[in-house]
Amino acid sequence: MSALKIKKGSSSHSAYDLRDPNADVVESHTLACVVDNEAGVLARVIGLFSGRGYNIESLTVAEVNHEFHRSRITIVTSGTPQVIEQIKAQLGRIVPVHRVHDLTVEGASVERELALFKVAATGEQRVESLRLADIFRANVVDSTLNSFIFEMTGTSEKIDAFADLMRPLGLVETARTGVAALGRGPEK
Amino acid sequence: MKRQMTGAKMIVQALKDQGVDTIFGYPGGAVLPIYDEIFQQNDIRHILVRHEQGAVHAAEGYARSTGKPGVVLVTSGPGATNAVTGLTDALLDSIPLVVLTGQVPTFMIGTDGFQEADTVGITRPCTKHNWLVKETDKLAETIHQAFHVATEGRPGPTLVDIPKDVQFAKGTYTEPKTANVANYQPSMKGDVEAITAMVELLETAERPIFYTGGGVINSGPAASQLLCEWADAANVPVTSTLMGLGAYPASGKNWIGMLGMHGLYEANMAMHDCDVMINIGARFDDRITGRLDAFSPKSTKVHIDIDASSINKVIHVNVPIIGDVGHVLEDALKIWKARGRKTNAEALSKWHAQIDEWRARRCLSYINSDKIIKPQYALQRLEALTKKYDRYITTEVGQHQMWAAQFLGFEAPNRWMTSGGLGTMGYGFPASIGVQVAHPDALVINVAGEASWLMNMQEMGTAAQYRLPVKQFILNNERLGMVRQWQELLHGERYSHSWSESLPDFVKLAEAFGAKGILCTDPADLDDAIMEMIEYDGPVIFDCLVEKHENCFPMIPSGKAHNDMIMGEADTSDAIGDTGAVLV
Ligand SMILES: Cc1cc2nc3c(=O)[nH]c(=O)nc-3n(C[C@H](O)[C@H](O)[C@H](O)COP(=O)(O)OP(=O)(O)OC[C@H]3O[C@@H](n4cnc5c(N)ncnc54)[C@H](O)[C@@H]3O)c2cc1C
Ligand SMILES: Cc1ncc(C[n+]2csc(CCOP(=O)(O)OP(=O)(O)O)c2C)c(N)n1
Repeated sequence: MSALKIKKGSSSHSAYDLRDPNADVVESHTLACVVDNEAGVLARVIGLFSGRGYNIESLTVAEVNHEFHRSRITIVTSGTPQVIEQIKAQLGRIVPVHRVHDLTVEGASVERELALFKVAATGEQRVESLRLADIFRANVVDSTLNSFIFEMTGTSEKIDAFADLMRPLGLVETARTGVAALGRGPEK
Repeated sequence: MKRQMTGAKMIVQALKDQGVDTIFGYPGGAVLPIYDEIFQQNDIRHILVRHEQGAVHAAEGYARSTGKPGVVLVTSGPGATNAVTGLTDALLDSIPLVVLTGQVPTFMIGTDGFQEADTVGITRPCTKHNWLVKETDKLAETIHQAFHVATEGRPGPTLVDIPKDVQFAKGTYTEPKTANVANYQPSMKGDVEAITAMVELLETAERPIFYTGGGVINSGPAASQLLCEWADAANVPVTSTLMGLGAYPASGKNWIGMLGMHGLYEANMAMHDCDVMINIGARFDDRITGRLDAFSPKSTKVHIDIDASSINKVIHVNVPIIGDVGHVLEDALKIWKARGRKTNAEALSKWHAQIDEWRARRCLSYINSDKIIKPQYALQRLEALTKKYDRYITTEVGQHQMWAAQFLGFEAPNRWMTSGGLGTMGYGFPASIGVQVAHPDALVINVAGEASWLMNMQEMGTAAQYRLPVKQFILNNERLGMVRQWQELLHGERYSHSWSESLPDFVKLAEAFGAKGILCTDPADLDDAIMEMIEYDGPVIFDCLVEKHENCFPMIPSGKAHNDMIMGEADTSDAIGDTGAVLV
């Protein structure tokens, strides 16, 4: 939330934005862009972030509508409120970008990430990793006598927490998809 | 009826259907099929430049002086990379261009083929949008889309990269009206509530100001007319950025001159002290704002801009209006009239009196000389002697550019072509060629510095070949004057590499190209020499030897506020602090 305590989701604040433009409170936002799935579209989006010095914390992209060749790019980014507004406006003016949703301010949303963890362990540690996986509802998708691969979906925080627990037990490799997100409710 | 034709033919057909009469280009292997089609028709005139950068700047000059998109055709590889500076220039100054580049055949892309460059990759950040066309069936539609995107919303350059096999192959032609452009439809109308809020602010404002910019020119001549109508009816002082000069006439009663780093004292003071600032199609560039936290601290700010990303980018505004200047001003005027044409007359007359006081400081004063030509004097004489002509001015980049903005008056839009955002030395000469091509009977003058002019001097060949009577008015100080000025003010007068050595004899240079050269060194000869230049029916290089160490004032030093201007030579010591020195 910004320094002036404007409630998230309360404003599309196009007309009268009261926030202090110099507020340096850095917020994390999840943006979803619906784009034409044409050559170079991802390069345009990423080029915007690198060219203007914005952060990308996580990025996922895939075609979601095969008939109209629409892809959804979900980006977790961070910046001051002013920077976030700039990022959205800059994304919005890329020609093949149809819509930009700021899921962080547009009401409640569901955010999920999928992760794979390879844990190499034997003995008590192996048993402990299985027990924890059970608590976190992670599935075993590969196993050998001295390793497991766990698969897990959840919020990024949950995945971080699981990774922290697995590390001392023999976590050797992690793969994460980045965040996919949708706003709650019936609206598009 | 579906028409089948080769890609190359399609390109020419698409250009004709877009109403293109002129293209600027340079041939090469990857565009030969297109050149072959150009050879076999007479509707589109091709101007052969001498360097692809020149083609793009010429197209910019053409576009800015006509309001139509400029069109460029160049070959793959080096042809495309030579166009990059021009594309970036057009992007920063919002100039509509369509650039067509040749590419190696589709089956060779990625093999490091002869003259292959990743043109779409290289130009992605310096175009508004670009396309690589891999099927002839999509070629015509893509070109129509390129015109649409270049000209709609905030204008800018687009590029279509066309592999050679796509040019040879046959496909189905798509007419402009059936091309799919639905995806890109920027809205022109502003939000009525916000427009009403702006009108309300203006009605009660005690110290209002219109801060106008290139967006008024982009919007078209009707926008300039609406601006004048409202400013004059509501008695609002008007200042403009470098890019917006001419939108409000320099002879208009509310004109207070250009603002910004080298803007007029009265304009900057009025910006600093106003209570309601209405930004009309300008983008709060750093040459305007100076120190951000001291920028017009007491004003309520309104910003009209067609590009949402311009709003709150650098300066936080109270009333953003996203829309086209012309549309928004039309609505604003209607609302203002319907509400009874209210103004705060009493306060306004005080405000104008205050501005007159600032004006009385005569910030453009300089010490003239009867021995050596002062650059300011040269421009004053140029202004006096050319004002009555159908005149277009282009400039290069540097001190001469700023003096031109200060000392020449523009009465109408589209008469002033300069590289503002990128500040590209070498822009002015080719731009003057583009302007002259579009306006064959007009007086077209490029106000130049000798260093900038040398950067694209090869275009003398183009001017000579097409008998374009462009006047190259070079204020020759034998210095990279603007750099020299900064070194004087910021770097302890250590003039590192900022002089022009080994200059050519400009008169002989002109003659070598079959043009006319004029050398002027004495203020007493200046008027006659300028008249000789105007009256000569052909290209002229005017070598005007001026004072070598003149500085351009007023100046807001980097990192300073608007009310912190240096006014003249006496004022300069210790003007710029250490924090200012790191800014550009
Ligand atoms: C050596 C040098 C010194 C300079 N010094 C100065 C100086 O002292 N003063 C100065 O003013 N400049 C100066 N400049 C130029 C400066 O760098 C900028 O280019 C200029 O100030 C930008 O002008 P602008 O704000 O009008 O924006 P432009 O670049 O013209 O942008 C136009 C704005 O209008 C919007 N727009 C476009 N079309 C429309 C439409 N139809 N409707 C609504 N909005 C639209 C765009 O989105 C954009 O935000 C200097 C340049 C150089 C090279
Ligand atoms: C392509 C390019 N290179 C460098 C610069 C930096 N620069 C800005 S003004 C200037 C000097 C211009 O000298 P001149 O054309 O003689 O004009 P003057 O300032 O003397 O009027 C330079 C080098 C630039 N703007 N563009």
